[in-house]
Amino acid sequence: MKPRLLSLLGIQQLTTGQIESILALARRMDPSRPSQLLHGKRVALLFYESSTRTRTSFEFAAKTLGATTTLVTPVSSSIEKGESLIDTGWTVASLGADAIVMRHANSGAVYLLARYVQVPIVNAGDGMHQHPSQALLDALTITNHKKKLNGLRVVIVGDVYHSRVARSNAELLSRFGADIVFSGPPDFVPEVSATIAPGVTACHDLNVALRGADVIMALRVQKERLTGKDISVEDYIADYQITPQRMKLAKPDAILMHPGPVIRGMELTSEVADGPQSCIHEQVRNGVKTRMAILAMLLGAAR
Amino acid sequence: MKDMDSLLIARGRVVDPASGIDQEMDVLLRDGRVAAVAAPTNLRGQAKRSFNAKGCIVAPGFVDLHVHLREPGQVHKETIATGTAAAAAGGFTSVCAMPNTVPVNDSAEITRWIQAPERGALVKVFPIAAATEGSLGAKLTNFAALKRAGAVAVTDDGKPILSDRLMRDALRAASRLKIPVVQHAEDTRMTAGCSMNLGATSFRLGLHGMPNAAEASIVERDIALARATRGHVHVAHLSTREAVEAVRRGKKARLRVTAEVTPHHFTLVDENVGDFNTHYKMNPPLRSVADRDALVQGIIDGTIDAIATDHAPHAFHEKQVEFERAAFGITGLETALPIAITVLHQYFNLPLWRIVELLSSNPAKIFGFGGRGTLAKGAHADVTIFDPKKKWTFDASQSHSKSKNTPFDGWSFSGKVVATIVGGKVVYEG
Repeated sequence: MKPRLLSLLGIQQLTTGQIESILALARRMDPSRPSQLLHGKRVALLFYESSTRTRTSFEFAAKTLGATTTLVTPVSSSIEKGESLIDTGWTVASLGADAIVMRHANSGAVYLLARYVQVPIVNAGDGMHQHPSQALLDALTITNHKKKLNGLRVVIVGDVYHSRVARSNAELLSRFGADIVFSGPPDFVPEVSATIAPGVTACHDLNVALRGADVIMALRVQKERLTGKDISVEDYIADYQITPQRMKLAKPDAILMHPGPVIRGMELTSEVADGPQSCIHEQVRNGVKTRMAILAMLLGAAR
Repeated sequence: MKDMDSLLIARGRVVDPASGIDQEMDVLLRDGRVAAVAAPTNLRGQAKRSFNAKGCIVAPGFVDLHVHLREPGQVHKETIATGTAAAAAGGFTSVCAMPNTVPVNDSAEITRWIQAPERGALVKVFPIAAATEGSLGAKLTNFAALKRAGAVAVTDDGKPILSDRLMRDALRAASRLKIPVVQHAEDTRMTAGCSMNLGATSFRLGLHGMPNAAEASIVERDIALARATRGHVHVAHLSTREAVEAVRRGKKARLRVTAEVTPHHFTLVDENVGDFNTHYKMNPPLRSVADRDALVQGIIDGTIDAIATDHAPHAFHEKQVEFERAAFGITGLETALPIAITVLHQYFNLPLWRIVELLSSNPAKIFGFGGRGTLAKGAHADVTIFDPKKKWTFDASQSHSKSKNTPFDGWSFSGKVVATIVGGKVVYEG
């Protein structure tokens, strides 16, 4: 018997079988055809940090399956008055939430919530730690284009240090035998980053990293994170921006991904973002499907 | 009447490193002092009461150089009464109280207040006063006045004395008074926003990590200043291999540098943080396996002088929060001896007399507590009796401390305190 998925906190907690089940279910989900699979279920969206894409994605996913959603944010709520995370979680659960989707600025906040609150918890991003639904939708996107994950060369470019997307993707893709290369300046790609999972390496020369790449995943780079670092914005763009020229270093059938929000002219150029190899819009579409699958599984409406 | 105040501790194995004794003997306590230590049966009948210590170690009372009793100001975490009750249960007959109270203990008045009988201390409390006013790191306190009021050392613990000039002046002033400057070695310019050790675990968990260099660079600097001033720097809660090496070199150069280590730092590593368990969050943080091993080596070869607990009680609501927002620190008074025996004696084969030395005679000696840390005739009648073989499981909910923030809840240990005697009075019996 497969262990039932109780909460989605991070990639590490998932078995390989659970990841495969979520992806299989996500492929069957169709956001354009509303259903009543989760009719009567209440999903609380507890967002301590602003988010457009992930929040909307979870909201559409829940509503497409017939569930109702409520958004809880720190502004104009008890959180602003100093209520603890555990108390907020208890309150939301006691009000009748069947699942809580949480975004939080502190790494590990979702573990605290899951320890004390007895409803399924979905991690919609915790600090620099994990963003498991993003890694799952990315895996779905990659498998739409590549036969298998095993043996793929996936280059993750940018601010890996601050990125929960990079951590989640590395852990998931490593599980299926992909080779992951983190590339960026040393402040963003410290040597220790390669220890996160088997098959992960760090390479500070993007032109070397891109050679033979099957997947290029650009991460958002916030300009303010470059201040005080050894590299200027100009140098970052010169050394690490994904350009049409750099795309040519990868395999001809390589795909380009970005978790958003895209800062054009920073991580990549418009030619690349809108080019034929870009899967950025597909990622967003897959986000809704993947989150439909996650909610269906956690709320016991799917096998 | 004198006999009424006497106690014979019979048939125990007396381990008194300061006197070079490690054999079965009887100890007679009278009028708050050690009256005699002699071969078994020789002292029979000389005391009204006797304590059968058969199978136990009879040691000079333990001295903890580093505790946070939280009073004045943070009595929801601990009081001097509850903290010293935990100390007694852990075999500590003397504790040094850190000054990061509210307000900070930077005055003779607070130093005296802490020692007042009204506080209800069960064991001897030695205040350590703030080295700078308000521990703000700007202006030195009046060390002479603080010493007269009973302070045994100065520190800004919880924070480092960061300024080179201030640390130099502190060592000079303390040196004239023959008291140590206790340094919380952390270059806070490298650790802002950090909540654990820098390494593979902090990267995986997405937490900002404190580099070893933040500790080592301050220890190196302080040793250079100890050389320049001939002052005594005592390094609190040593945690990195680089800092152990720096202390080792300082000792080789015959400088006045001493160091303590906590039970959690020689036992646990950063990976134990697991899934953001805040009971493994403290400052300095749990380090790597290589650091932990270097601390054990430093204990074995004598680089590290003392085991100190850094007992840091916090209320539930200060720990049951997001990891990055949780308070630093754990309680430690009741688990220090069992951890030392289980880890250092049983696992690393450190002789029991060395553990007694680390918990008692050495800390008493380096802080200049005359008549303590020894069972020599005339010494204070502070005695810790423990059964080194007793197996038991620590239950944090039964702790004498007001707070229960410990990673060792539910751990099974060898070695338990049987009785703690302060000034000839039994203050704890387990």
